[in-house]
Amino acid sequence: MEKETCTFSYCKRPEVTEVETDLLIMGGGMAGCGAAFEACRWANEKGLKVVLVDKAATDRSGAVAMGLSAINTYVGENKVADYVKYVRNDLMGIIREDLVFDLGRHVDNSVQLFEEWGLPIWKKGDDGFSLDGFQARDAGKAMLKDGGTPVRSGKWQIMINGESYKVIVAEAAKQALKSNREKTGMAQNHFERVFIVKAVMDTNGKNVAAAIGFSTRENKIYSFKAKAMICATAGAVNCFRPRSVGEGMGRTWYPVFSAGSGYAFGMQAGAELTLMENRFVPARFKDGYGPVGAWFLFFKAKATDSFGEDYCTNKEYFDDAVARYGDYAKGLGTAIRNHLMMRAMKDGKGPILMNTHTAMAELGKTFKEKLGDKEGAKKMKHLEAEAWEDFLDMAIGQASIWAATNTEPDKVPSEIMPTEPYLLGSHAGCAGFWVSGPGDLPGTPEHYSWGYNRMSTVPGLFMSGDVVGASGHKFSSGSHAEGRITGKAALAYILDHADYKPSPKLSLDEIAAELYLPFEMYEKYKTYTTDPTINPNYIGPKSLQLRLQKIADEYFGGVATWYMTSKTMLEAGLQKLELLKEDAGKMAAKDLHELLRCFENYHRILSVEAHARHILFREESRYPGYYYRGDFNKIDDANWKCFTNSKYNAEKNTWEFKKVPYVQMYP
Amino acid sequence: MPSFVISEKCDGCKAQDKTACQYICPHDLMALDREKMKAYNQEPEQCWECFNCVKICPQQAIETRGYSDFVPLGSSNVPMRGTDSIMWTIKFRNGILKRFKFPIRTTSEGSVDPYAGKPAPDFAKLKQPGFFNGPARTE
Repeated sequence: MEKETCTFSYCKRPEVTEVETDLLIMGGGMAGCGAAFEACRWANEKGLKVVLVDKAATDRSGAVAMGLSAINTYVGENKVADYVKYVRNDLMGIIREDLVFDLGRHVDNSVQLFEEWGLPIWKKGDDGFSLDGFQARDAGKAMLKDGGTPVRSGKWQIMINGESYKVIVAEAAKQALKSNREKTGMAQNHFERVFIVKAVMDTNGKNVAAAIGFSTRENKIYSFKAKAMICATAGAVNCFRPRSVGEGMGRTWYPVFSAGSGYAFGMQAGAELTLMENRFVPARFKDGYGPVGAWFLFFKAKATDSFGEDYCTNKEYFDDAVARYGDYAKGLGTAIRNHLMMRAMKDGKGPILMNTHTAMAELGKTFKEKLGDKEGAKKMKHLEAEAWEDFLDMAIGQASIWAATNTEPDKVPSEIMPTEPYLLGSHAGCAGFWVSGPGDLPGTPEHYSWGYNRMSTVPGLFMSGDVVGASGHKFSSGSHAEGRITGKAALAYILDHADYKPSPKLSLDEIAAELYLPFEMYEKYKTYTTDPTINPNYIGPKSLQLRLQKIADEYFGGVATWYMTSKTMLEAGLQKLELLKEDAGKMAAKDLHELLRCFENYHRILSVEAHARHILFREESRYPGYYYRGDFNKIDDANWKCFTNSKYNAEKNTWEFKKVPYVQMYP
Repeated sequence: MPSFVISEKCDGCKAQDKTACQYICPHDLMALDREKMKAYNQEPEQCWECFNCVKICPQQAIETRGYSDFVPLGSSNVPMRGTDSIMWTIKFRNGILKRFKFPIRTTSEGSVDPYAGKPAPDFAKLKQPGFFNGPARTE
């Protein structure tokens, strides 16, 4: 097909602004806010500039946009080495233990700051039961930093009243950025509603010289030149065809606005990826994707098939899992529990039920026994509110579904269901970039560390949060702490490379033409048909997404095949994906909103390609319950207990793969 | 639950410096029709039902409706977000009514002074573990 170019013959030329900074932070979620908070404190002392770019409004951007009802990583009274062990077990034996340990030894500092800033954290009352954030404060309970006892739902999780979690964390980051503005005299260092599209390499052939993007509010293009950059954007959602259709397609589990932009950014810069075959398929309350963690851990609810059997204890399923997946099956991590649930579903024993009603009845009984009828009933009322708050703080739609279907959790069970696949590196997944570790931990192998913590294989390009590979289970608090680790390391890099002056390979005119090509396409061809949405000359953002989702679902192990794929399936799918990638050269946008969607979906395409090629490279089923290689349906430690790393060459459109040794650093 | 805007209540935030729902939506969904001076959800099938537009609307003009592909009609779920708490009023399809009130923050909005009372960074420790405000845990 003929290649299209933008000469601004049809669409209007935008204003182009160049912003020069020392540190650029891309993404304003938990990791980005952490990076800004830590980096500004160091930068202010040296007069260095820090800029944060967010495609949304930082108060409500990122995975915590809706709020959260728990903080999943608070080490507290536990040992950091045990945190490493827990993460390793859940991620099927292959993690970067240096990164995970480093995270574990830093994370509590962030959680304690959240409480200081105003996040209400539940505390244990004198009667052993829970107090919410206000009750705890009014009862004079100590803050976490002073040794206060949080309410644990699991070993690592603490309960919060987290409706405004992100607003509070953003407030600290915005204040930090403001202090940096005042120190450096910058007019603006916090850009909201600016979407970063891609990396522009330096003429030196090594660094990323600029990150380019556009405003989603006015016809303006930005080129951010920086000495160091932190990519702190989200994982990739809505890559696979979701279970919901039509209007429901936005009700994804992880935020629908996670477009894999960070994966695409690093890939285009040639940064090395690791474990991109990893994905997460959470089992959640059906349709509304309400969280199950508090129900399992805090309310002690049991999930069963429709005949009341706990599918995890079914001997036939379990023995078969051990035969295929060895000792990993015995660890009963999240993937294996998913696998066993799917076995029950495939045998027609569904729907799978979360028995909320029996759990609440049990708790009600305990309250009455311990507190008497009157106080017990009062406690029960508080418990009911806690159960609803779990949804209302983080998956509001699930509460709406309960109301719409007359579901009272204390009376009837609710269905749970494995979702479509998600790519991410901060929750219970570990797909992302290969980054340098801290280097100071005993037993760190040489290939884990090359100077600056969390720096990718591209000098000066740092990764944080979802886009860091092989280091999952950070969650919200860990992402914030990792942002801070990264912010500090990036500052060290900038001070060591004070002479570096970014020199982008592309001119501002070339950048503008590339970013506005979808406008040029639309304006050039829109009148050829009577309805511009159906036009043979271009492809709109919705079609891009739907084509991607269909390919991913049918060939790369989506829900259509019960997460099953194989060499032949992957190769067939990749051929179709190549055509889609070519067609992305003919993306068309009628307005800024569609321009955003075009490039978001292009980022999804690149993320999915990396995912599929990694699954193809790893000839085993490392993550049963998340995906299966039908041609290698077992775990093969002898050949595959290793990292799988890849590098994409954006200019040549080629991939290189290699195995990288895994090293166990902790018992 | 895609959000919808009630025509009668929306005033396009004409007295404010920005259209609140458009400003806050994490997915760039809320748009302002400048002729009618009313906001609308321009892409309901991409709505994550995060309720941020509902919570921020100064006119309480925004509500949500269950996704048409799986939610029966007849219920509602309405928040009222104050400065330190949020109130939820949930109406079931069968008429059951539930009300909940939860804390949202223990400090007043805008009061965070992130570096006040914290130590200055020690550049000798820039390349060591730990943050500007304290060391990393050891065990």
